[in-house]
Amino acid sequence: MKHVLSVLVENKPGVLSRVTGLVSRRGFNIESLSVGPVEDPTMSRVTAVVDADDVAYEQISKQLHKLISVHKITDLTDDGAIERELVLFKVSATPERRNEIIEVANIFRAKIVDVGRNSLTIEATGDASKLKGLEDLFRAYGIKEIVRTGKIAMSRNAKD
Amino acid sequence: MTESISSANQAFKSLAKRTAASVGAPRGAGSKTEKQGRTMLGAEAVVASLEAEGVDTVFGYPGGQAIKIYDALYDSDKLNHVLARHEQGAVHMADGYARSTGRPGVAIVTSGPGATNTVTGIATAYMDSVPMVVITGQVPRAVIGTDSFQESDIVGITMPVVKHSFLLQSTDELTTTFREAFHIATTGRPGPVLIDIPSDLAGSEMVFEYPDEVNIPSYKPTYRGNAKQIRAACRLIEDARRPLLYVGGGCAISDATDEVTALANMMQIPVVTTLMGKGAYPKSDPLNLGPVGMHGAKYSNLAMTESDLIIACGARFSDRVTGKVDRFAPNAKIIHIDIDPAEIGKIRDAQVPIVGDLKGVLQGLIAQLEKDGARPRTESWLEEISAWRERYPMYHPNIGDEEGEIIPELVMKELSRQLDPDASIVVTEVGQHQMWAHQFIDRERPRTFLSSGGLGTMGFGFPASIGAAMANPDKAVVCIAGDGSFQMNSQEMATAAINGVPVKVLIMDNRALGMVHQWQKLFYNERYSQTILEPVPDFVKLADAYGWQGRRITKPEEVQAAIADMLASDGPYLLDVKISPEQNVYPMVAPGSALDDVMGAIDVAVGAVRTDMPKAAQAQKAEPESPCATIDAQFGGRWEATPDEADERMSAEEFNADRAQITGAEGKEGKR
Repeated sequence: MKHVLSVLVENKPGVLSRVTGLVSRRGFNIESLSVGPVEDPTMSRVTAVVDADDVAYEQISKQLHKLISVHKITDLTDDGAIERELVLFKVSATPERRNEIIEVANIFRAKIVDVGRNSLTIEATGDASKLKGLEDLFRAYGIKEIVRTGKIAMSRNAKD
Repeated sequence: MTESISSANQAFKSLAKRTAASVGAPRGAGSKTEKQGRTMLGAEAVVASLEAEGVDTVFGYPGGQAIKIYDALYDSDKLNHVLARHEQGAVHMADGYARSTGRPGVAIVTSGPGATNTVTGIATAYMDSVPMVVITGQVPRAVIGTDSFQESDIVGITMPVVKHSFLLQSTDELTTTFREAFHIATTGRPGPVLIDIPSDLAGSEMVFEYPDEVNIPSYKPTYRGNAKQIRAACRLIEDARRPLLYVGGGCAISDATDEVTALANMMQIPVVTTLMGKGAYPKSDPLNLGPVGMHGAKYSNLAMTESDLIIACGARFSDRVTGKVDRFAPNAKIIHIDIDPAEIGKIRDAQVPIVGDLKGVLQGLIAQLEKDGARPRTESWLEEISAWRERYPMYHPNIGDEEGEIIPELVMKELSRQLDPDASIVVTEVGQHQMWAHQFIDRERPRTFLSSGGLGTMGFGFPASIGAAMANPDKAVVCIAGDGSFQMNSQEMATAAINGVPVKVLIMDNRALGMVHQWQKLFYNERYSQTILEPVPDFVKLADAYGWQGRRITKPEEVQAAIADMLASDGPYLLDVKISPEQNVYPMVAPGSALDDVMGAIDVAVGAVRTDMPKAAQAQKAEPESPCATIDAQFGGRWEATPDEADERMSAEEFNADRAQITGAEGKEGKR
């Protein structure tokens, strides 16, 4: 099953390669990855999605814990965490179909960021199911290109 | 008995205090050296840092990017630098120094090839949890990443085999980096740490301020075992009828020999030891069943398989111990004590996992059992084991002993007899001789049997024995080697000779890569592909060339005196013992077999013969099988060609006939 790992690490050169190297060395493929500094500029957060069963996942997370550069690991898989991705779609759009596509984008609260003679570039954020829905709709018009960020996730915490 | 337990309790309290106070503090003088506060070059600060850490010996090999560090070393009267003849040798020496003392081993090498030559040594130390700091020179920061001369990304290359590594970015970080490196290398589960130092930093001026403490928020190993888990473990121990202590290398690292011995004796629990745990439990204790696993005694393996409770003490359920995992100790509950949480549940689920320092955890266990008034209930279990022990001895005269040949087991027994276990260290290379040593060299103390267990590095033992001998000048250090392993780092004979290190090297010389040869014999239809080393060099002449003493023996009656002469000699000594390449290490659990599926064990109940000899050996005369058939059967047949593929292949006759038609003359020649 897919696990969303949120790993708080030192913001230092080479740390990302320690983390990803360890995951791949233990035989797992990272499906999505995003990295960026957090509120404390000496730290970064790595959010990775890996496909692993529970036993294997436990082993990966224990091994990651052993890295000196890793401060904290949170498994955001099952606790209803807020998950977001950003996707840019370049959709084929002849002038006569343009409005139709814009309408679809609006329904999904996606933004038109560029218009070409025969294409539209649309920016959409959301969780995986919303973006999948949008992608399926755009397929009907013809998608020229997709670029997406890795998934980022944050736990919902009533106490905060 | 009670006395030792209450003293254990005392020690428990003092241990708790000690660990709390000593976390982050250097072993050496730290800030209290005379160099503190002085302005100096980065290279001098490297040397000063090593002195502040209390390092007395470093092993290494200079080169272009390490030249500034070596220049600074020239002035140090506290550091003894041992010049190896190959960087791999230097790292193994540091490893032997560390394993035999528990203090971190230190190696210094240059960039590029110097650094890459350390990789095997670092990986060896990593697999066996050996504290080590490796300092590598690096090209100046300005040219890193430009493929400059002797540049290698050693931090990247070693990433999977270090506990941690640093690429020094500024002289401001130099002293804290060293303190952190030594702290990380020696605490928790120890391991190798690498510091890569660009040579421009070694040449920059800085003020030397060595820290006395270090605080790494993301690195806080758990030393104290969970009290609830300790109570749960006690309940299992009290209920168990067939308990077994499974002692690994962690027992030596944690200095828990007294505690394991106390627990075993208090509850009358038999003990098996891994290769890494050898010596951590005294051989003279009748509860010690000795080696377990692939070449362990049949009675140890039976005890493991039949037990109802395995107490794993700093052991990691390696495949060389468990055999086929899903048939390993099917009825046993597991108490797994380890300082590394990642080891617990990795191979086998533990009913009671305890993360913590073994010594303290066992003290807690003993105290709790004492409080509960626990009594041993293992009488019938010990009787059962003792019957197995009598029935399946490790050695029995005249089984596999060829007339007039030197028998490897007897050489080991004789060496063991002549060594004082309190004043000797035995180091091994890797292969058949290593397993014979494991089976027949008796050890009483931890850190007196050094062997590459996890990585199985041929070429480790001899340099490691030099490191061990330098750290323990009062002990006799014997390296048991094979002719193959010894040739992997024999250049270090120069290091031993020049530094007057009186190591004794005993080569079990079978002119073959014995262990692979044995597998080829048993599982590959005696197809000895590339395992015959004949003719081996004249090792006695080699000894002479390096200024060593040396002797060769070929007859059984020479063994006793030759070993005595070797041990009595002053300087380094090489004893070349010629044995037959046909000698196999038994008993053996074939790869992929269950632990109790032992072949070649001696059974005295059926007239003292080796029983359950491998089928492949019996079937040799019958139909020639595919050479990999035995292994295929065990691993699911992935080497076999499919029948369809076989049909498509042309037979030799068809091929020749075909060729004859096409080429005429040449074809005829081919037929002829």
